[in-house]
Amino acid sequence: MPIAPETLLDKKYEAGFVTEIESDRAPKGLSEDIVRLISAKKDEPEWLLAQRLKAYKHWLDMPEPRWAKVSFPPIDYQDAYYYAAPKTATKPKSLDEVDPKLLETYKKLGIPLREQEMLAGVAVDAVFDSVSVATTFREKLADAGVIFCSISEAVRKYPELVQKYLGSVVPYTDNKHACLNAAVFTDGTFVYIPEGVRCPMELSTYFRINEAKTGQFERTLIVAEKGSYVSYLEGCTAPMRDENQLHAAVVELIAMEDAEIKYSTVQNWYPGDENGKGGIYNFVTKRGICKGARSKISWTQVETGSAITWKYPSCILQGDDSVGEFYSVALTNNYQQADTGTKMIHIGKNTKSRIISKGISAGHSNNTYRGLVRISGRAENARNFTQCDSLLIGHECGAHTVPYIENKNMSAMLEHEASTSKIGEDQLFYCRQRGIGEEGAVALIVNGFCREVLQQMPMEFAVEAQKLVAISLEGAVG
Amino acid sequence: MTMLKIENLHAEVGGREVLKGINLTVKAGEVHAVMGPNGSGKSTLSYVLAGRPGYEVTKGKVTFLGQDLLALAPEGRAAAGMFLAFQYPVEIPGVSTTMFLKTALNAVRKARGEKEFSPVDFLKLQKEKMAQLGMDAEMLKRGVNVGFSGGEKKRNEALQMAMLAPKLAILDETDSGLDIDALKVVAEGVNALRSKDRAFLVITHYQRLLKHIKPDIVHVLADGKIRKTGGPELALELEDKGYAEYTGDAALRAGDKSI
Ligand SMILES: Nc1ncnc2c1ncn2[C@@H]1O[C@H](COP(=O)(O)OP(=O)(O)OP(=O)(O)O)[C@@H](O)[C@H]1O
Ligand SMILES: [Mg+2]
Repeated sequence: MPIAPETLLDKKYEAGFVTEIESDRAPKGLSEDIVRLISAKKDEPEWLLAQRLKAYKHWLDMPEPRWAKVSFPPIDYQDAYYYAAPKTATKPKSLDEVDPKLLETYKKLGIPLREQEMLAGVAVDAVFDSVSVATTFREKLADAGVIFCSISEAVRKYPELVQKYLGSVVPYTDNKHACLNAAVFTDGTFVYIPEGVRCPMELSTYFRINEAKTGQFERTLIVAEKGSYVSYLEGCTAPMRDENQLHAAVVELIAMEDAEIKYSTVQNWYPGDENGKGGIYNFVTKRGICKGARSKISWTQVETGSAITWKYPSCILQGDDSVGEFYSVALTNNYQQADTGTKMIHIGKNTKSRIISKGISAGHSNNTYRGLVRISGRAENARNFTQCDSLLIGHECGAHTVPYIENKNMSAMLEHEASTSKIGEDQLFYCRQRGIGEEGAVALIVNGFCREVLQQMPMEFAVEAQKLVAISLEGAVG
Repeated sequence: MTMLKIENLHAEVGGREVLKGINLTVKAGEVHAVMGPNGSGKSTLSYVLAGRPGYEVTKGKVTFLGQDLLALAPEGRAAAGMFLAFQYPVEIPGVSTTMFLKTALNAVRKARGEKEFSPVDFLKLQKEKMAQLGMDAEMLKRGVNVGFSGGEKKRNEALQMAMLAPKLAILDETDSGLDIDALKVVAEGVNALRSKDRAFLVITHYQRLLKHIKPDIVHVLADGKIRKTGGPELALELEDKGYAEYTGDAALRAGDKSI
């Protein structure tokens, strides 16, 4: 008997293991004291503590955003931990000082640091829960003048830079999740590319939530000075747990004149089980500003995980002739819910944006593209191209496209294309007749559907993303 | 050696009996042509042999190289050496023909316990077969069959056949849509593959293909049954007289004359 395509999508969550390691946790719950404790643990300057407290007070009265097409019970913010650090992680200077158990964890995730260090030329800043435990390639980057370190380290070493830019793109008042992050962020990454420098390698960070009931609130800040270039990749996985864990990250990108930032994400947080139990709430605010003329910011995301994804990587196109891009693959299965898209805010003249969104829904999942294209009055000759394609697998899932367009300038040219399709029986049979098994056939067809997005990823990660899509489609056949 | 043995095969599609008792034996090294009117069940026969879901065998038996063919999944049949060149090749957007072929070839090799091709060996083989079929490398970078002309699609089927080098190739109207030069090229491709341990089942409406691919045996399939079997001269006769003799009452009186 042929197997219905939807049953092929039963995911095996390969990253679902827990590392047994002693951890240093703050008491449960959120309060002003917890905010102070986080700041104290990190030995932070007064101004940062003041910012955190301001955000915390604002957060208390802030309503949660409710417009997304996702539903979940109210979050009990007092039932979570806001700070957890592996006990052994007291600033290792080299990989040799890193707890072997941690390295083992990364190995299971497929990121052998040592191998990457030797072979791939990829610098990895691995965030284990809240503290950055291993940073490689620091020296080579330092030679180029590139700063690539944890945000905590940046606060200590480059306070002026951090103070200048932190919260400048995503203010703490932006939304409730971003506000919470501003109050309790524990770690994350800071990247600074000086004027005229092309970052000599892809930068990559793997985030991982390990502690039970620990929200992860990382904060990423990337500043690309005039004429510089950087490509950055983040990958995320989290162990399987029954309860829902909150992940509220904030990413801010700043591109000066002629600078280019390419930001790629492979998000594989635990999606919950086949009945919709457990999984990560991924409420992330990502925004970049093309500050200078001819600057460019490009977001590429492959989202296969999380119980709920609420995420709109956006571009503020302030500089004239600046370019914003958003390439997205969002795959949902079982009871996953994804509401994701982008905002392209055209302010400068001749600004261009391009949105390519590929949504794949299976099982009982719901997958929504939500995108805003705003052309301000002074954005002469702005251009946008939007393409949203949905692929449905099975009959119980949903795909939705919600484009918003606000145009205040008649010279703008906006194009929008959308399609919805199903994996055809004829396509499956054609593949199988050629010898490709059912699972392989589904993976091949889905990867083909995503090609335009996957080919935007840096080479080595495109392969990984392709594998992830295939793994996410792996099922109980045979 | 008997490669394929079909015995009293009955099959339904969409709740309708389309194959009504097919008997057919193909030996290694032979080329069989199957001709017959539109809607007589030729493509259905090819789909049933390839294991297409929705085509339900209600009676009968098929043995392929000593195995019970009907017990195998479609991909298992492919691994066992069966290839179907589709009458209507399917489009797979975003998957290049190269990618598709590499996946297919390695899947088949893996299923047979053979080593996968290295990327270099694969590309070498593909280049060679492509040149034989006069195909453009640019085409193979596009999505499988996406935006291909009718003739290009058929050439692509021929390329896949050449790459997979099956034991039994079923060609379902591979000649339709081909211009005269392309017809020759594709026929040459088939002839190049002809060997004593390979067999072909060529479904066609036209004698002109059989001028290039000389069949050993010709069958007339009408209303779900093989009504007549003969040598190459049967194809000429059909071209002349049409199928009137095999349809309607005449056919029913004629009964089953298949071997
Ligand atoms: N899914 C289906 N549901 C119902 N009837 C079908 C279905 N598929 C095929 N048939 C019918 O089965 C019969 C045989 O079709 P088939 O495609 O095998 O014919 P054919 O001999 O290949 O014709 P042609 O020469 O036109 O290619 C036709 O009458 C067709 O309408
Ligand atoms: Mg047909």
